[in-house]
Amino acid sequence: MQVGRVTGTLVATRKDERLVGTKLLVVRTMDPGFKEEQGYVVAVDTVDAGIGDKVLLVSGSSARLAQGMKDAPIDAAIIGVIDQVELTRPAVELTKPPVTKS
Amino acid sequence: MQLGIVCGSLVASRKDDRLEGITLLVIQPIQPDGKATGKALIATDSMGAGPGERVFWVKSKEASNPFAPLEVPTDATIIGIVDLVNVEA
Repeated sequence: MQVGRVTGTLVATRKDERLVGTKLLVVRTMDPGFKEEQGYVVAVDTVDAGIGDKVLLVSGSSARLAQGMKDAPIDAAIIGVIDQVELTRPAVELTKPPVTKS
Repeated sequence: MQLGIVCGSLVASRKDDRLEGITLLVIQPIQPDGKATGKALIATDSMGAGPGERVFWVKSKEASNPFAPLEVPTDATIIGIVDLVNVEA
């Protein structure tokens, strides 16, 4: 899953009938530390997120497992509003090989 | 499946009901030698992994299978904790 920040809403009158009644949001995807901003995705919101919220995004066919999205033609869904992300290991340390037991 | 290292955790109180009680962890995909490769991501944990542990994880819709019969909306799940990786040549 990815983290992202809700940056906008999307309205479409003409759309797939299985999307009728869903709430579509524009989400800026980010790294888990909320630093590096990546691209934008349009995602179905299932947890009533609002603009500015940091959210948890599920993508691919798993998005259809979100509440009420069975058989809907979607590949991204918001399934949580993030309170906090705690990083225990800075990315820079990851370039060093871990200590291995022999 | 891919190798990864657990590098953090995520808290969300408002979430899909089926994520209730499931740990969400930040993982960085790694190569067998421990070097980071690709972007860090959030994964559900089915194994009780902790920070700094090397794990292997499954992506895509199959990530939901460890929680069956519950259909947990996840696209990445930790399914094992790595004791040893041996790569020859």
